[in-house]
Amino acid sequence: MSAINSNLESFRNWKHANLAIAVVLIGALAIFPLFKPPLDGFIDDCVLALAYVVMALGLNIVVGFAGLLDLGFVAFYAFGSYAAGWFASDFFSSINGEKGIHIGAGTFASTLPGIHLNFLLVLVAAVIITSIAGMIIGLPTLRLRGDYIAIVTLAFGEIIGRFAVNGQIGGFKYTNGRQAISPVDALDLPLLKEFDSAFSIRGYYWVALTMVAFSLFVNFRLRDSRLGRAWIAIREDEVAAVSMGIPLVKTKLMAYAAGAAFGGLSGAFLGTYFNSVNANQFQFAFSIFILSMVILGGLGSIWGTVLGAITLSFINSYFIPDVFNGIPGSLGLDFDLTQLSFGIFGFLLVMVMILRPEGLLPEKRRRLELKEGIGADEAIVEVRA
Amino acid sequence: MALLEVEGIETYYGNIKALKGVSLTVERGEVVTLIGSNGAGKSTTLRSISGLNPPRKGSIRFDDKDITTTAPQDIVRVGISQSPEGRKCFPRMTVRENLDMGAYLRNDAEISSDMDNVFELFPRLKEREKQKAGTMSGGEQQMLAIGRALMAKPTLLLLDEPSMGIAPILVERIYETIAEINRQGMTILLVEQNANFALEVSSRGYVLQTGTVALTDTSDNLRNDPEVQKAYLGS
Repeated sequence: MSAINSNLESFRNWKHANLAIAVVLIGALAIFPLFKPPLDGFIDDCVLALAYVVMALGLNIVVGFAGLLDLGFVAFYAFGSYAAGWFASDFFSSINGEKGIHIGAGTFASTLPGIHLNFLLVLVAAVIITSIAGMIIGLPTLRLRGDYIAIVTLAFGEIIGRFAVNGQIGGFKYTNGRQAISPVDALDLPLLKEFDSAFSIRGYYWVALTMVAFSLFVNFRLRDSRLGRAWIAIREDEVAAVSMGIPLVKTKLMAYAAGAAFGGLSGAFLGTYFNSVNANQFQFAFSIFILSMVILGGLGSIWGTVLGAITLSFINSYFIPDVFNGIPGSLGLDFDLTQLSFGIFGFLLVMVMILRPEGLLPEKRRRLELKEGIGADEAIVEVRA
Repeated sequence: MALLEVEGIETYYGNIKALKGVSLTVERGEVVTLIGSNGAGKSTTLRSISGLNPPRKGSIRFDDKDITTTAPQDIVRVGISQSPEGRKCFPRMTVRENLDMGAYLRNDAEISSDMDNVFELFPRLKEREKQKAGTMSGGEQQMLAIGRALMAKPTLLLLDEPSMGIAPILVERIYETIAEINRQGMTILLVEQNANFALEVSSRGYVLQTGTVALTDTSDNLRNDPEVQKAYLGS
């Protein structure tokens, strides 16, 4: 009996348990669209959910690992999307004598003016732009703590959103504001044909799934790295972390940059998938939407964040508009359920805070804080000592 | 040339001048004590040395290098590590993870043998290796904070009030260990309100009063000084 127990124990402690879960899950998810029509609405919902998972994983680095409350994550969605808008459309149509610049672009895109980079290059551009933006946004928050960080990041999110809407410096347009940058090139990967979303969105689904797998891999590696431990140490106790020789400025900026990079990846993908980049997308509510995913799943927990992102995304794009939307009508009320989405999110979050404040799949450390009061308040420990 | 030379430092919290020109030296291999009442500037002196609150005036030299305005993480790198006031263990990390954090800047092969050494100094920590630091008693957390500071392999160890809020029997154990750490060759600068034990393990002491050094002497003389006895030794 004890042998079985110790076997179980060693299985639980198995280093690669996360890897095993990931492989099985991703394998099953990879073949599932083949059982659906190529333009199925449900696959569309799945593509969105996967993109949001990448985004939430990024925010989880900043808020969950490093403990820096970021309310302006929408800024990185915007920068990522504009990377796709700028570098994979005819937006800069007068560039290079209206002949355009083409690097690895698809056959159709290669005939158009403007800058047209291969999707992978767009992703690289998005990561570079957003990590720099992340650090710039992080800089003024370095001397701040807790709630004050939230306010500054919120303001930055709003500033970026405003810029996107106004979209003009002097006579030079750089966003097209609410007219949107459109069309953005179809997704094109080296060695493959262009993905034409008019016929099938399976390709987009698989790319999104690959991005999720990549993000999961990077997130686990980051969490277990030196840098990851430094983030957690800063979250636990800033003074102690500094006393251990952890460089505060560099470590915090790395958190902002890494988190922002995932926001950018996902943003560039969504810009490509939606085929347009519209300033209307970049609202404060989006930051809250992604933050809710992280909180619902469990701050600092990677699997929790994945679950939270999938749950909220499906509630938002499937359950509310498709499944339950008729309910108010059938009760004789004259409104759409979609008008209540944020009310529903709020209600869900309140329920989670009451029933399971540590989130759906909490990180171990956070569970300790909320269930047993360890580390929640130093003073309690002092008195007991 | 002393290992640590603090020369007329003035340190502020905002506009409040907490240190009004503190000077002190620590020789290699020595234990030096700073005593003083609440608000005298003991912890501020340590925070100035470790870079958490760099002084606006004066200079701090360590091992013949000027470290007055060096960033805290680089001060750990040159060989000064501290067990901060109030211990500041990472409450939701295990004992072992806390000790690992102490070796954050190191990349050598001796980390695990140094950890064994810490466990030898504090057998209690070995027993609680996998326990979360926040669930341990104040005394155990103090041991962990000292052990964690040792894991940085410092030349100079700064200890801020190791007896604060700890059961008397554990205070004695901790001071025995501090003496043992010193016997193994560590230089220690110690801050204490509880002057009895501190003066027992140290060779020299400084008495701080409202941000200045009021008195300095050998620890034996300080213990026999009637003023010090009245003010800090409770006799």
